[in-house]
Amino acid sequence: MKARVVVTLKTGVLDPQGKAIEGALASLGVPGVASVRQGKVFDIDLAAADRAGAEAALKQACEKLLANTVVENYRIEIL
Amino acid sequence: MRAAVVTFPGSNREGDAARAVKQATGRAPDAVWHADTALPAGVDLVILPGGFSYGDYLRCGAIAGRAPIMDAVRAHAARGGYVLGICNGFQILCEGGLLPGVLMRNRDLRFVCRMQHLRVERADTAFTRRYAKGQAIAVCIAHGEGNYEAHDETIRALEGEGRVAFRYCDARGVVGGAANPNGSTNDIAGVYSDNLRVLGMMPHPENLIDPLVGGVDGRGLFESLAAA
Repeated sequence: MKARVVVTLKTGVLDPQGKAIEGALASLGVPGVASVRQGKVFDIDLAAADRAGAEAALKQACEKLLANTVVENYRIEIL
Repeated sequence: MRAAVVTFPGSNREGDAARAVKQATGRAPDAVWHADTALPAGVDLVILPGGFSYGDYLRCGAIAGRAPIMDAVRAHAARGGYVLGICNGFQILCEGGLLPGVLMRNRDLRFVCRMQHLRVERADTAFTRRYAKGQAIAVCIAHGEGNYEAHDETIRALEGEGRVAFRYCDARGVVGGAANPNGSTNDIAGVYSDNLRVLGMMPHPENLIDPLVGGVDGRGLFESLAAA
């Protein structure tokens, strides 16, 4: 089973990298970019055959390591 | 005072920390490897040194914070043992759940390597008795992720409980403004655990212990620990 985990900064957490990317897009003349927040994507292959088992394993992975829940949110997508 | 210095893959200031300990205590610290599962018997102080453990992959200190040795470090702290995390060691303490908050990318996105003054917020802990409260000490900083952030209620609790150890200041001891190198909340450079026995700090006192490299203001921290 394949899954994707997306980790993003929580609303209100300062994201200087996102700001720098936002500024770079503006200087490239890309129109209409109001704001940019950057994050991380993890593509994960799982041994679990069932969806519930996969979701449980991924939740554990996120809580234990992939996200720092002080400042980050995570989203799990089973593909 | 018997100390141990933990080395992770990518640590690079373990030698500096060991030198500072030896100078202050007369005894070289034990070297502990990240994959060990126990600390040497009788260790009073565990130091997590600076560096780039695991190449700063995922987040600074994230993988080291979950390394095998960290269960022993957490147990040591839970017993009331002393723990000092410097720079990457501070990031590891935060990621490993020993200190609250997180070290984010510096506000200006630059790695900052320079001399830096710190104001000693209190001089009644095992780490700071050889300093005076309010004293401005000159040490150095070298980090790209030193911007301390935490939930508002966590910051309020740290401030209310006197758990801010050091703040970034200028040579006269004036906190904040241009003296803050990374955007850290409330100019925080180091924080204590609730029992004041775990200290995490971004600056490097272990590098300012010899007049040869421009100052000895870092000695006080290790001499305080030696006497603890």
